[in-house]
Amino acid sequence: MSEPLEFAARDSGPARIAMRTAAIMLVFTLVFTALMAGTYSATAPLVAASAKKEKLALIGEVLPFALYDNALLDDWIEVLSGQELGVNDATRLYRARRNGQPAALVVEAAAADGYSGRIGLLLAVKASGELLAVRVTEHKETPGLGDYINPRKDRNKSRPWITQFSNLGFDSVPRERWRVKKDGGHFDQRAGATISARAVTNASGRVLAWVMKRRDKLFDLPAHSRFEEGTP
Amino acid sequence: MSAYKEIAWNGIWKQNTILVQVLGLCPLLAVSTNFVNAVSLGLATVIVMLLSNLAISALRALIPYEIRIPVFILIIAALVTVIDLAFNAFLHDLYLVLGIFIPLIVTNCIVLARVEAFAAKNGLRASTLDGLAMGVGFVWVIGLFGAVRELIGQGTLFSGIEMIFPGLSGLQILPLDYPGFLIAMLPPGAFFVLGLLIAGRNWLDARANQRLRDRRSHGQPPETTSVAT
Repeated sequence: MSEPLEFAARDSGPARIAMRTAAIMLVFTLVFTALMAGTYSATAPLVAASAKKEKLALIGEVLPFALYDNALLDDWIEVLSGQELGVNDATRLYRARRNGQPAALVVEAAAADGYSGRIGLLLAVKASGELLAVRVTEHKETPGLGDYINPRKDRNKSRPWITQFSNLGFDSVPRERWRVKKDGGHFDQRAGATISARAVTNASGRVLAWVMKRRDKLFDLPAHSRFEEGTP
Repeated sequence: MSAYKEIAWNGIWKQNTILVQVLGLCPLLAVSTNFVNAVSLGLATVIVMLLSNLAISALRALIPYEIRIPVFILIIAALVTVIDLAFNAFLHDLYLVLGIFIPLIVTNCIVLARVEAFAAKNGLRASTLDGLAMGVGFVWVIGLFGAVRELIGQGTLFSGIEMIFPGLSGLQILPLDYPGFLIAMLPPGAFFVLGLLIAGRNWLDARANQRLRDRRSHGQPPETTSVAT
């Protein structure tokens, strides 16, 4: 550690010491940035492969593999919805088809009004208008209280809260009854944590209504294109 | 007691990061809402502490004193990034559980504290052991922390363990209709538990010292020299 001092005694001028220290800092920065960049490019293909697998597994939770036969992850369109889906940026919407016929739509959405902010959702909507299933992909609800919206954290393992939406459409539960019981609607909530349940329930109703209104167009657009509200 | 033994004992008990140094509270308080999360974060921290102590002890001759802190932070952040990527690529199932905690470790000042206080001044083997011992000290306390908060807050233990060991499931310790005790899950509860644990450790230490003093006053030699104040 005495090196800089020796240097100062041998070669006068704080400017030179500063230059030397800066050069050492630069070398460290370059070496460790190179280390990170190297690791990144070495692991990138593996990371992308596991992300894809994970996405398919997640979609598999809302949409049974038996219901479609197309390459789901490739048949997507970008959707810019504004408020209804709860996301500001474009989200992806995957289109499941069976024998070329529309089977279901898988859409990423969010509820902005959770107890602790945004609740990310993944929903599958059957072409016939029923919600196949909803899953929470990310949330910050209170552990042990509001986190039952995630079936893994739900203490009721046989019939987790979020499964009550499965296979329901506006035919069986009218739009205006698509609320939690506390708001005069159809769906249960757990005592003490209504806000989390309300956010998920309202968001799923909003998404279902949004998707069904534009169903044909969403299925017809060419893959990888972009759907924007108001475009013909 | 040999030097290595003392390093281990310092990390696990005498200079315990949480109970004595009271460092690294941010991740501790945020993540210890249940046992499985707490131990997961703890284990990720052990890996980072071990490697950062190792790396900095090895490079310490090259690091000028004036810019040691930025260089340390650079090295720690780079290591955490590399570990994060490596976990994601090669141990993906474990990454799904630990992944969210790994970037959090950069915010844990205990890593920088050990690097500055120990690894920058000591040899490779001692520094690695120090990182490991301090990490183990962190794991057992944060694990205890998580267990206490989970039991009081939810009445369960080991919930979420199926994410790590798919065959196992959490235990319901208190009756199913236990309403839960929300404050234990929220940050204030974490502070209460922290206070109680520190008090408990101080009490154990005080009792050990009292015994030592009693023995001395009876003219018997102390059994070890390591039980210090």
